[in-house]
Amino acid sequence: MKGLIEIDGLTKRYGRTVALENLSMEVGEGEIVGILGPNGSGKSTLLKVIAGLVRPSSGRVTVFGMKPGHGVRKLLAYMSENDYLYRWMTVKELIEWTSKFYDNWSMDKTQALLEFFDIDWKLKVANLSRGMRGRLKVALTFSREVSLYLLDEPLSGIDAASRSKILDILIREYRPENSTILLSTHLVMEAESLFDRAIFLKNGEKIIDEAAETLRDRYGASINNIFIQIYG
Amino acid sequence: MLDTHPVLVYYLAMTLILNDRFDENRPIYLQIMEMIKKAIVRGELKPGDRLPSVREMAVMLRVNPNTVQRAYQELEREGVTFTLRGQGKFVTEDVEAIDALKKAFRRELVEHFLKEASETGMSIDDVIKILEELKDEGIN
Repeated sequence: MKGLIEIDGLTKRYGRTVALENLSMEVGEGEIVGILGPNGSGKSTLLKVIAGLVRPSSGRVTVFGMKPGHGVRKLLAYMSENDYLYRWMTVKELIEWTSKFYDNWSMDKTQALLEFFDIDWKLKVANLSRGMRGRLKVALTFSREVSLYLLDEPLSGIDAASRSKILDILIREYRPENSTILLSTHLVMEAESLFDRAIFLKNGEKIIDEAAETLRDRYGASINNIFIQIYG
Repeated sequence: MLDTHPVLVYYLAMTLILNDRFDENRPIYLQIMEMIKKAIVRGELKPGDRLPSVREMAVMLRVNPNTVQRAYQELEREGVTFTLRGQGKFVTEDVEAIDALKKAFRRELVEHFLKEASETGMSIDDVIKILEELKDEGIN
């Protein structure tokens, strides 16, 4: 499928606040797309719209050829930037509980991911460090066997070792033939070698949408340096 | 996940040693190409050696597999490597192609050096003079 995600003239307002303004973009199968911008630029809203968690104010959005919503939600895995894990559960209980919601859950993958991340099944979520909770969120997300992953700020607020492990997992789990990853971040330097393409948002508008290597070639600058130039 | 062979271990060591891996101000696929060419010129990759698979390489270097794929395609187009169906990519066994690679690599090295020298106001003759002095002093 060429246009896995197709967005045309998307606007999203929260009351008087404009979160996204007349945004159009397309994502093809097998891409890793970096959604970049400072806080409040609309990254999270964009991912939520694609995930079907937030309804557009206007514009046309299709994912897998369908309108976002219940049918599409089963085909993608969305990871919120919030620290949403139930703290009173153990890792094991959390996994058992979460996996019940999805029919495309792979316990083999969960096992492999937790091992790679050095997460102990017996621990209580409340006793995990922030970095470990960040790893656990990624492990839960990639335990689902889907072809579209939406990751909202997977690197924010966690330690360097955890960030490094999460980036390793992204590369390991990514399959150019059948998986597409949208990743929002403001930590561009660490993540940029993963991107096929970078989309820059500013005040809810798309200002750059270009292949990562093309940007480096054209400006003689890293995506991170371009980011600093634009938002600095 | 990774099957270990000498080439792979070499790259792993290299990426660990060169901690700052890439200059991200330049296209990464070009730098992967340069890395492989350099390994061939230095003899660390020999004619007929198998390159790591795209996935292995992507995981090791932590770059997008499509970027590795592009580097591999370009190397093949330049005749530096070739593909055996179902077996992977290999360093060319064509001696002339490897010689040409070495020549181009050396030339580039000297050109780069001369460019830096000329930026400090040196002419080629100045450089040659210093080279002759160094030679007389027995420096290789």
